[in-house]
This record gives sequence, C-alpha cells and structure tokens, in this order.
Amino acid sequence: MSRVLDGLEVGERISQRVPEAVVEATPQSVVVQAEKLVAVATYLRDDGELDLCFLIGVTAVDHFDHFEVVYHLQSLSHNHVMTLKTRALDYKSPEVPSLVSVWRGAELQEREVYDLMGIRFAGHPDLRRVFLWEGFPGHPLRKDWLEMPGGFNPGLGRFPRED
Amino acid sequence: MSMRTEPFVVNVGPQHPSTHGVFRLRLTLDGEKIVDAEMVMGYLHRSMEKLAEGRTYTQNIPFTDRLDYLSAMSNNLAYCMAVEKLMGIEVPERGQFLRVIMAEFQRIANHAMAIGSFAMECGVWFTPLMWMFRDREKILDLFEMTCGARLTTNYVRIGGVSFDIPPEFMPAARALVKELPERIAEYEALLLENEIILARSRDVGVLPPDLAIAASTSGPMLRGSGVMWDVRKADPYAVYDRLDFDIPVGTRGDCYDRFLVRMEELRQSVRILEQALEMLPGGPASVEMPLALRPPVGEAYARIEAPKGELGFYLVSDGSPHPQRFHIRSPSYINLTPLRDMLLGLTVPDAVITLGSIDIVLGEVDR
Repeated sequence: MSRVLDGLEVGERISQRVPEAVVEATPQSVVVQAEKLVAVATYLRDDGELDLCFLIGVTAVDHFDHFEVVYHLQSLSHNHVMTLKTRALDYKSPEVPSLVSVWRGAELQEREVYDLMGIRFAGHPDLRRVFLWEGFPGHPLRKDWLEMPGGFNPGLGRFPRED
Repeated sequence: MSMRTEPFVVNVGPQHPSTHGVFRLRLTLDGEKIVDAEMVMGYLHRSMEKLAEGRTYTQNIPFTDRLDYLSAMSNNLAYCMAVEKLMGIEVPERGQFLRVIMAEFQRIANHAMAIGSFAMECGVWFTPLMWMFRDREKILDLFEMTCGARLTTNYVRIGGVSFDIPPEFMPAARALVKELPERIAEYEALLLENEIILARSRDVGVLPPDLAIAASTSGPMLRGSGVMWDVRKADPYAVYDRLDFDIPVGTRGDCYDRFLVRMEELRQSVRILEQALEMLPGGPASVEMPLALRPPVGEAYARIEAPKGELGFYLVSDGSPHPQRFHIRSPSYINLTPLRDMLLGLTVPDAVITLGSIDIVLGEVDR
C-alpha cells in the first residue's frame, strides 16, 4: 500500500526549509501560502527523503468565498503519497503560481482548471482555454456560474421522500 | 543553391479515423518534418464534472460509463471506490473478486482494441483488428450475461456490484480463459516480429523515462518507457495483493515498446483471471446500502490502474446528497501532456502512429 505521509510531519519539515509557508497542516493534507508554492513544491520534489517526483493530479475546489487548488503527489521510489493544497483567496480574480516549471504534468491540468474554474496560473507558458472556446461566458465549475434550482447548489439538496 | 521555404500547416482531425474520436492536431511542418504541434480538444466535452454536482452519488455511476467507453467496468470501479472511501464502506470478499474479474476482462477487451487499431495504423491491414474483435466480442458477451449491457455496463455499485453472476457465467468465463492463451500466441506470431510494425514503430515517438515521470504519464505509456510502476502493485486495491502477476516494462520508450507492454499485459490479465476465477469465494456480493447516501463532510481520492493508466476520482462532500466537487483524474488526458515533445522531428504518418500508441479515448479526454 502507498503510505499516506503525515501532513503534520511534512508541515514541520516545510516550515524548517521555507519559513512562513505553511498555513494549515492536518494529518491528511498541508495547506501552503500561494506566494511560497513554487519553493515548497521544488523542495518536496528534490528532497531525498520525500522525493515526490510524480504529480498525480491538479484540481480546484470552489468553497464559495475562496478557491482551493489541490495537488496530489506521489513518490515512486518510497511509495508514499501526500496532498498539497493552496488557497486563492480573491474570489473575483483568483490567481496562484503555476507549477509547470516543477512538474511538466501540471501543464494540461492547469489549463483545465483555468478553463473550468477560472483560476489564473501565473507563469504558465500557454494558459488558454482547453475544452471550451475562447469567448465562452464564465467558468462553469464555479458555484455561482448559473442560477440553479435550490440556490448555489444545483439539485434538490434532499432526497424526495426524506422529511 | 538555396531555396527559401515556408512552414506549412497540416490539420489532422477532428473528424479523422486516426484520431480515435474527435481530436484535432495542428501540425506545422518544415518540409516533411514536424516543427510544432498543437492539440485542440473539447469537441466531446459534456461537462460531466458539473453535471455530477447536481446528482446524487448513486446517480453518478452511469456517467462514469461514458468516460472511457471502452473500459466502463474500470471507470465504475474507480468511482465506487472513491465513494466507499468517503463513507468507510467495506465491500464483501466475493464482491471484490467479481470486481477484479470484470476489471481484468475489461483490460483485455481494451488492449485488444488498442493493439488492433495500432496495427491498422502501422499498416497491418484489418486482419489483426478483426481477430481482436473476435475475442473482445466474447468478453462483451460475458458482460451482457452478467449485467445486460455490453459497453455501458453500470455494473459496479457502491458497496458491491449490481448483480451476482448468473450460473452460466462461470463455465463460459473458464472456457474463454482457457482459450485466450492460444489466441494471444496467435497474435504474437502475427504481430510481434511483424516486419511492417517493426519498420513503422521502432524508435518512433520516443518518450524518455524522466520526461514520462515529469509529465505525469501513467499506464502502458509510463511502463513502455521503462518505469516499473503499476497501481495494482504499488497501491493494491480490491484483492490484487493476493494475486500473482508481473509488470511488463519496455526499454526504449518508443511506440513499439508501448505495443509490447500491451501485448504482455494481455497474458498477465489472463494469469490474474485464472487465479481469481479459481479463488472466487461464496457469500454475498454486496452490502445493503441505504437509498439515500449522505457521506460525511470530507474528501477522498481513490485510484485504480485502468487499462489506459491511473484513473482517479477526487470527491469533496459537504454532507449533502450531492458531491460538492467531482473531479476525474483521467489518464487519457494527462498522457497527452508530452505529445508535442514526442512528435517534434517526426513525419505526419509517424505522428499518427505515436498518437495511436498513447491509446486515448476522447470521452475521457474531454469528459
């Protein structure tokens, strides 16, 4: 089994190397400052004991007042995984630094996040829409993209025969 | 004498058989050499991730069939595993074995398709494809017998599977598993040292291992480059830790190596199936689930080794009946990341083979 790295422990190690980078560390994940993201990612990739050289995936979550960008990381040599997160606090025009310089695999995935969630990745070599066409109104994965029945959340919010 | 030349743009697709769907490549050529390649996709974008936010967890299972429509069982499995991880559900042993059996049959069906169309693209015309379809047909018959559908199976459910296998399944599956090694030997005799395939795909579309890792590729593409990595071994799910099988890897990372890896995976899948059919225990295949699923607040990422690579589902729950976020880590899409690097310096017919050797399905690329 891939061992899930303890977020508290990794958070400690990150703070030693990149001071003031960690915002929040839980056993499941580490949340870091967007400004320190590239330094943290480079450290995680290059450190011999962590060796998180494989970026499994990049995605983003809309939390209504801010966005969270989620990176799943994997070490092929030590077979452990961890979840790295960063927050884009400006809901109107969210922006985080791009990690293409650290992991090439982020290239298409950051384009996808930009296209569907509207988060700009500063320093991305080719940040264009990927699935939707240029000029498409808005970014559909945002919770406020369309008025849906039941407010922000589409759907009923409950099951038909419940209460 | 020097002649002034201009770069020339060739458009491949979106409606073109060699793009395996509706994928468009914009190739810039200098003479015959490709000097730039741009991918254009989204023609099959159905906004699945947004749609899923408006439906309940159970209602989302049929969506996953339509991702990689050549391996629906694997998609169902990955999604249900994510929901089970979110809710902490344990699936009974029989259900786990049935999932493995179906996933491995699906892998054979998918690779048959991939190898057949790859051979077509190389110029080994039609016979391999028809032979592969013959076996794939029998696997689809097994699926039809079990769940009534051949492609969009919707078979794996949260907490188990939708139906236990019918009595006629085991004899048919055993007969097929017994027959498959002979068939694979036929394919190997036909294709492995085939002059046409060797001439067309050896040292074409080389992906070095460091780029393969950096660009997050997975599945036969990563293993073709010589990186020994398989989620079934590294992070075993279901009952893979109790089954004995090997991971084939390539040495050069060219199109031929990726083709070889798929050929060998056919044999390994048969090995897994032989053991799994033998070990299939009795008992219930699924646990009773309430109709109204309300996972606790939290998030979960579950992944499997799908035929095309690492398929993962990332779910965020806010405690309501709908997922707050439903993200698909699709191998076909991410495997396209290094495509431009692989194409530079090749000719247009080689580009077709390189794209074919990645084995994409556009339902999964565009989602």
